[in-house]
Amino acid sequence: MLKSLNIDPGKCTGCLQCEMACSLENEGVFNTAKSRIKVFTFHEEGRFVPYTCTQCDEAWCMHACPVDAIVLNPVTGSKDVKSDLCVGCKVCTIACPFGTVNYNADSGKVVKCDLCGGDPQCASACPTDAITYVDANATGLDKMRQWAGKTDNAASTGA
Amino acid sequence: MAWTRQILRVNLSEGSCIPEPLNMDWANQYLGQRGLATRYLVEEIDPQCDALGADNKMIMATGPLTGTMASTGGRYSVITKSPLTGAVACSNSGGFFGAELKNAGWDMIIFEGKSAEPVYLHIENDSARLMPATDLWGKSCWETDEALHARHQDPQMRVAVVGRSAEKGCLYSAVINDLHRAAGRSGVGTVMASKNLKAVTVRGTLGVGNIQDPARFMNAVNAGKKVLAENPVTGEGLPALGTQVLMNVINEVGAMPTRNMRETQFEGASKISGEAMLEPRASDGKANLTRNGGCFACTIACGRISTIDREHFSVKEKPQYWGNSGGLEYEAAWALGSDTGVDDLDALTYANFLCNEDGMDPISFGATVAAAMELFEEGVITTQHTDGVELKFGNAQALCWAAEQVATGTGFGADLHLGSRRLCEKYGRPELSMTVKGQEFPAYDPRGIQGMGLTYATSNRGACHLRSYTVSSEILGVPEKTDPLQTEGKAGLVKAFQDATAAVDSAGLCVFTTFAWTLDDIAPQIDAACDGEWSPERLVEVGERIWQLERDFNLKAGLTAADDTLPQRLLKDAAKSGPAKGKVCELGDMLPEYYQLRGWTADGQLTAETRSKFGLPS
Repeated sequence: MLKSLNIDPGKCTGCLQCEMACSLENEGVFNTAKSRIKVFTFHEEGRFVPYTCTQCDEAWCMHACPVDAIVLNPVTGSKDVKSDLCVGCKVCTIACPFGTVNYNADSGKVVKCDLCGGDPQCASACPTDAITYVDANATGLDKMRQWAGKTDNAASTGA
Repeated sequence: MAWTRQILRVNLSEGSCIPEPLNMDWANQYLGQRGLATRYLVEEIDPQCDALGADNKMIMATGPLTGTMASTGGRYSVITKSPLTGAVACSNSGGFFGAELKNAGWDMIIFEGKSAEPVYLHIENDSARLMPATDLWGKSCWETDEALHARHQDPQMRVAVVGRSAEKGCLYSAVINDLHRAAGRSGVGTVMASKNLKAVTVRGTLGVGNIQDPARFMNAVNAGKKVLAENPVTGEGLPALGTQVLMNVINEVGAMPTRNMRETQFEGASKISGEAMLEPRASDGKANLTRNGGCFACTIACGRISTIDREHFSVKEKPQYWGNSGGLEYEAAWALGSDTGVDDLDALTYANFLCNEDGMDPISFGATVAAAMELFEEGVITTQHTDGVELKFGNAQALCWAAEQVATGTGFGADLHLGSRRLCEKYGRPELSMTVKGQEFPAYDPRGIQGMGLTYATSNRGACHLRSYTVSSEILGVPEKTDPLQTEGKAGLVKAFQDATAAVDSAGLCVFTTFAWTLDDIAPQIDAACDGEWSPERLVEVGERIWQLERDFNLKAGLTAADDTLPQRLLKDAAKSGPAKGKVCELGDMLPEYYQLRGWTADGQLTAETRSKFGLPS
């Protein structure tokens, strides 16, 4: 079963545990500056919003790459950067409409979310379940459940 | 490991920024943050120096766990000599600034001297330079934060700043970071402003990677996160209601200092409680609380994100205050509310916003206003002093007016800048000041919670709840329940809390974790992160060493056993209502035993044995 990251900003407290888990997994250090998931704070609105790659099916980054360094992981569905092939041209960073592929000046390569090979550490680290890793065919399940809970059973039974 | 082993020395007189290696001998004895920075301070300043003179130094210090994934591991402290108390000051803050400093590769920054012109320190990893801040002087913390982010074109930069109150010499000004987190107490912001240092901006991209045993560390971190999540206080109460979960609880037990501590219960408590912050208001159907927010790495997230009712008198004509910002925490709600007798939640939230916007400690501010209100009701302060404002208990308009005056240092605000003790002395009624060592009380009346009386009297930074939060034991039953109205055993309890808290602070963790964590949960995280062995026993020893060092500084600064006391009101005037009715604080029953447990003489001096046992500098 294909799974997908599911983000519910309403549950996010802005603690950045996800960013640290990401950087630890991928860079071996606690370093929010190197995280592939970012939490944005909208201070005046009182909102925290985690944001990362959605793993598009027809991924702009993958199609744009001139050296085929971004490839589909058939197991997880993620679009992974092959660092040994990446030439650091940054075309993918321009092609991505969401800004979730970024250049790493230290390595000279681009980096993006690869779902940690199927065990995304951001989801494991999140203390409030704002980030979960769920059935890709049912990411709307939680919202459906919330609306279902508001259904008035009395109306249909005619009571 | 876990330390970056590098500190930055900034000489503001000379304009120099010079890196130097961390003294690892001291790190092994004092761990980090509060303890380690105090060791540097003791070495480098004359305890009798003028706190606002060029000879005082100010240290911003992280701990070994700051910047890691350890829950709440994002804290830093500002350590200096306090202008409010004349004692050692150490004010701890969350938010994101501390972790950013660590990510930039620095364990601490030592500021010395005084700049001739206003400056700010700008750090990008190993690059640190002083920049002109003349154009920022006279701006609020919020305006300065915005201006600096715009100037550097870097939304990810973190900013710590002082506001207009500090520039004008308010003795309880805070250092504000991330807009609404504060190194709040003892006037550390006043010291920063006295050095003509307006702000510190940091961007760190190096990360914290020097963990001794990363796999073991993550196991300990995850175990710790689980304990916090499953505990009813850290897993449910604090996220839902914040520290404001306490308002109704403390009022019920009769330990809610009210109207400058004349009473111990506040009839308006439920109107300004955490529960009240969730109630939809009439005007727009929204609650005061928008949501909870976490500091860096914190899996508790007790922080409040709030709005003020746009129809409220305080902001009706001021759309700049209509957005969300840091909301009321228990201490602020108490000081701005119960202590002033004001039960208007929106007025309190507005005053709290102003405390963040211009960097005032809301505890000391609220308690100073409360003292002024009593002076007003006694007829000592009159409308002649207050531009016609009726500065009476319960007057919400007067509270908001006072916050505006103090924020900008105008009019009667200059008198309120003095703090409660100096204000009451100026008007000839020193007995009306509810302070210890010149610092205003926090939100627990020691007539109803006896251990807190000893806590306040012996706190090394003046009256403070965060030096030994025995409320945890006496009210909440953590780690075990003790009777709040009894004094027996409280000397030992206070000492145990003081020592453990000093260690927790020095690690870079938040003391709120200790509602759920004991040192048995904390030590494995430090032990896996740092080289050497860090057992719970060693942490207790480090904590006690820190306590003794702070005490030694204060004695050398000129404080004596006579300063380890409480205002007469708490020792002589019995509580009028509630479970503590008829009780005073029986400090005298606890203090001698406490001195003995500490290894001090009957007049509060460290014995030669104690000095030698902890290896204190001479």
